[in-house]
Amino acid sequence: MSSFNILPKAKFGDWVSWLTERYRVFGPKPTEGQYTFSVIKSADDIDFNYTQTILSPKKCIVPQRELLYSYETSGMRVHAVIESLPTVILGVHTCDQHAIRLFDRIFSHSFTDQHYRSQRENTLIVGLECLRSCSEQSFCRSMGTTSPATDVFDLHMIDLGEEYCVEIGSARGRQLVAEFRGMFVASDADLEHRNTVLRNKWDSFPYRLDCDVTDLPELVDGALESSHWQELGDICLACGMCTQVCPTCYCFNIEDHVDLRLQRGSRYRSWDSCQINEFAMVAGGHNFRQKRAARQRHRFMRKAKYQYDANDMVGCVGCGRCATACLVHIAPITTFNELWRRKHVAEAQEAKVQP
Amino acid sequence: MKTLLEEVRNKESIYVPVPARIVKVESITELEKLFTLALPNDLRLQHEPGQFVQLTVFGVGEAPISITSSPSRSQGTFELAIRKVGDLTNVIHGLTPGRIVGVRGPFGRGFPLARFRGKDLLLVAGGCGMAPLRSLINQVLDERGNYGKVQILYGVKSPAEFMFKEELRRWAQRSDVELHLTVDAPDLGWNACVGYVASLFPEVKVDPRNTVAAIIGPPVMYKSVIAQCKAKGIADGNLWVSFERRMRCGVGKCGHCQMNHIYTCQRGPAFMYTEIKGLEEAFV
Repeated sequence: MSSFNILPKAKFGDWVSWLTERYRVFGPKPTEGQYTFSVIKSADDIDFNYTQTILSPKKCIVPQRELLYSYETSGMRVHAVIESLPTVILGVHTCDQHAIRLFDRIFSHSFTDQHYRSQRENTLIVGLECLRSCSEQSFCRSMGTTSPATDVFDLHMIDLGEEYCVEIGSARGRQLVAEFRGMFVASDADLEHRNTVLRNKWDSFPYRLDCDVTDLPELVDGALESSHWQELGDICLACGMCTQVCPTCYCFNIEDHVDLRLQRGSRYRSWDSCQINEFAMVAGGHNFRQKRAARQRHRFMRKAKYQYDANDMVGCVGCGRCATACLVHIAPITTFNELWRRKHVAEAQEAKVQP
Repeated sequence: MKTLLEEVRNKESIYVPVPARIVKVESITELEKLFTLALPNDLRLQHEPGQFVQLTVFGVGEAPISITSSPSRSQGTFELAIRKVGDLTNVIHGLTPGRIVGVRGPFGRGFPLARFRGKDLLLVAGGCGMAPLRSLINQVLDERGNYGKVQILYGVKSPAEFMFKEELRRWAQRSDVELHLTVDAPDLGWNACVGYVASLFPEVKVDPRNTVAAIIGPPVMYKSVIAQCKAKGIADGNLWVSFERRMRCGVGKCGHCQMNHIYTCQRGPAFMYTEIKGLEEAFV
């Protein structure tokens, strides 16, 4: 079987129905004027021309609130809860594929997070090639995430007009295509069509970053003392929205809930945010990142440098969700470009001072 | 016999603790209690001084607590000295022998005793920093022949706040240990040094070529103590510190303990000063 298959659009509904009969399927669903990755029942539920979803598909693998284990408060009968449902995430844009790659690394290095691994291994990623920029806030092209993450997707779909070209990315993806039986192997003409579509897409993705993505780690590292962080801190509401919608933010809190008789308890993890005041506070009240400026800086350092150093990929995939969600219009592209501008102003001034 | 960490790693979930029984509770100051915990029979703790466990009180929550007993004295049981300072520790202070708590760990990196061998040791604690430092001190004293001079510097707010008073007395009586104590607020019976821990340094003599310092205390203590050590000529690579941070997972995922790019629960909590001296978020 070739790596490239063709799914006629007339069969798309069958394909989605076939999937929903076998899996829990998340897809981009129109929701009150926006889009969300929601559990779908049929192709009628989804819109493949979707733009930015409010939350990334990270929520399909790491739920906002997840039961880790339950116990009796006496300390007996402690039971890990590792539940995963056979899941397909359908129509994952390329930026979000790259973000899932980062999650794969985070949750497996040094200590394997079995809750993540279980759901991830039970999840098939069916990607969807972006053929136009999905939001005025997105800057995927600058971040190098406008093409699929080949080590993440199981299948990856490209809209060729009358049909989808479906690229196979894994053995599980190959099996899915074989079992469905509704696709056929792409011909040379189909491949030529695919390549034409890909060739023509790039003009609709502007470069918005003034530097190269590979400049970012050094740029932010040199900007630790920048006054820009204080400017962001002055307007930041510390609401944590940027990190909730971010496809690469994974920090979490752990909390216990007990029943009314105080006999049984459950320990949950839930998404947390480094933008919240208490995030780095220790018992006794000392807060290691008390100022909003310090918290904003930490967020951008994580995106532009720390993840790059630790996981070999920049921690921002350029989806622009945080900029869309931010009530005071803090946007990574603006921040990076501003830091880059100031760096050059500073360098120019230094050059002038030198004889 | 399996180690606790092997058992934790083998569990279905890395977040599920192993049950441990409280076998003894002693009040050591007004704010601190010493808890002796016993692991299930087939498990041993095997830790490095400076490492911590994630301690669960079922029905309440979990927090990182440093191990205060030395590896040499943590065979069947081990000790945690816990200050009553937050929601969880308030509950812990009400627990009595027989109660089951949960432990995961030991996590992180402790002090590398192998590198300390043959050296003079300057062991510095402020406040409840003595809890983790005691693990190192007692290990050193149990294998005393491995080390040169042993000097212990310990400061608290007022004399009543000294932890492990009986042990302090024993250390003070040993001819092969120098113990220097200080308080910020003396009472009538206090006739030793008054001031922060850094103010003990004038009375300490060190050989800078052969001294390793280990420093644990409240956030505000580090800068002044490190400055004193440097003034004595101790190289940055011979200064070791240990940091307290908020931790939720202990396994490098939850993000709370991050200092700049470093996850304290993974690379720390013990650090060589050269590893973190450039990190702005390491110091206050």
